[in-house]
Amino acid sequence: MTDDLGAGRRSDTATLAQARDDARGRADTAVEAMPYLPPATSPHVPADVDPASLVWAETVAGPGYTHMTVARGTRIRLEDLTGDACAHVVLHSALNPAERLNVADTQKIPWQAYLGTGHPLLSGDGRVLATVVADAAGGHHDAFCGVTTLAGNVARYGAGAAHTATAAGRELLLLAAAKQGLTARDVPPSVSFFKGVRVAADGALDWTGGGGAGATVDLVAEMPLTILIANAVHPLDPAEAYRAGPLRVHAWAAAASSPADPWWGATPERTRAYLNTDQYLLARGIR
Amino acid sequence: MTVTWATHEADYFDRSEPLVAGVVVDDHEIAPREGWSLVVRAGRVLTLVDVGGNQSGDCLIYDAADRDVRYSVQATLAAQRNAYLVDGAVLRDQEGHPLMTIVGNEVDRQDTIGGACSKESNTLRYGHHTLFHHACRENFLLEGARHGLGPRDLVSNINWFMNVPVEPDGTLGIVDGMSGPGRRVALRAERDVLVVLSNCPQVNNPCNDFNPTPLRVVVTDPAVAA
Ligand SMILES: [Zn+2]
Repeated sequence: MTDDLGAGRRSDTATLAQARDDARGRADTAVEAMPYLPPATSPHVPADVDPASLVWAETVAGPGYTHMTVARGTRIRLEDLTGDACAHVVLHSALNPAERLNVADTQKIPWQAYLGTGHPLLSGDGRVLATVVADAAGGHHDAFCGVTTLAGNVARYGAGAAHTATAAGRELLLLAAAKQGLTARDVPPSVSFFKGVRVAADGALDWTGGGGAGATVDLVAEMPLTILIANAVHPLDPAEAYRAGPLRVHAWAAAASSPADPWWGATPERTRAYLNTDQYLLARGIR
Repeated sequence: MTVTWATHEADYFDRSEPLVAGVVVDDHEIAPREGWSLVVRAGRVLTLVDVGGNQSGDCLIYDAADRDVRYSVQATLAAQRNAYLVDGAVLRDQEGHPLMTIVGNEVDRQDTIGGACSKESNTLRYGHHTLFHHACRENFLLEGARHGLGPRDLVSNINWFMNVPVEPDGTLGIVDGMSGPGRRVALRAERDVLVVLSNCPQVNNPCNDFNPTPLRVVVTDPAVAA
């Protein structure tokens, strides 16, 4: 769990003046998990990114959650700082929240169950919500198992509510969704980055672990997008103790995929998915 | 233009019998390409019969009292640590609680990773000329609307009698089925559930052997002798 070292009694707070001074005196506290505002002032700007292009910079506690609505062409980098993060991601079109990540189509249409560079994250409406444009996590991702549940975590770790140190991924996704005006019915199956699963010949789901400290994955938003992220233990994590380390997020203005990108034409199914997406946005006046 | 792309009656059809004994409380044949839904009370058993063989029955399950509680492929697969559904599999909601249990199954494995076909995804998979082919997502939306359900309520489903292998490199897809005329799967309701079925109209891949045929739904109550 990510500690918050800034909390607790620091000074007298008996009067309003004291309480106000105490509250204001806390604001300069730097902890590991926090957002960086404005984003260009992030102390962890990736070496290949112009700080002025940043639109979102944050370290998400483990367990913890975040959510953001981003423009088409935003590139989002997730980093597993310690090797113990697991980013469970749900995507909704910001134009129509009924259009959202469809994990079955995301696996079926590219004829590929495992997420890696160039994999399109598809909606159920024949369009690409986002593309995995870089994978420096060795393919340790999963689209089969989803998130842990309240009842499951209570049984396994003794607690699973959002405020506990062993929070269930679904509890966190439900909160992220609520902040976007969404409810339980808007939280469909999710994809998980930084913890991998493979399917054995007999169908068994085998845990492959993570990509280690510093693993990253980059997504590009192919349309105006709301992203919900729960950073929480993976359901098949074999460790006895709950595992969730800090997750870093940097997002910057870049470009949506184009025919110049190798994944656009990698398979005919993907090409048609990008064509559908581009026409949908063209008609709405979004370039 | 009348498009059928289906066989409604044939000499090889086998409408079979319920897999689990008990008084019959529902008995319906879902015509090819149509949707259907019903509430199955706790303890009763739904037998789905693949009348013509290798006909995909796309299926969603909701708690009849709270439709926000619905089938979750991921909670189901994570709990059983296996990508396929076989006899004894527990079909779970998003919180991991049982909705139904497979209490009888006559094909090697049942699919729940292939998802439902849609007009829109058909354009990706087979080309834009397939946009006007009827699809399971249409059936889910139409049948769901009868119960107040909409697109936000559609999630990854189960495809009874469909075959979706996953190869070691992650390649997955729909191949020829392993079912046949009269093969069955039986599901016991663990609470009152709303079952929404789409008799898959797909004619661009082998999920229906390129020939949609009927599905028979029989619900029995094992607590009451036939
Ligand atoms: Zn279908």
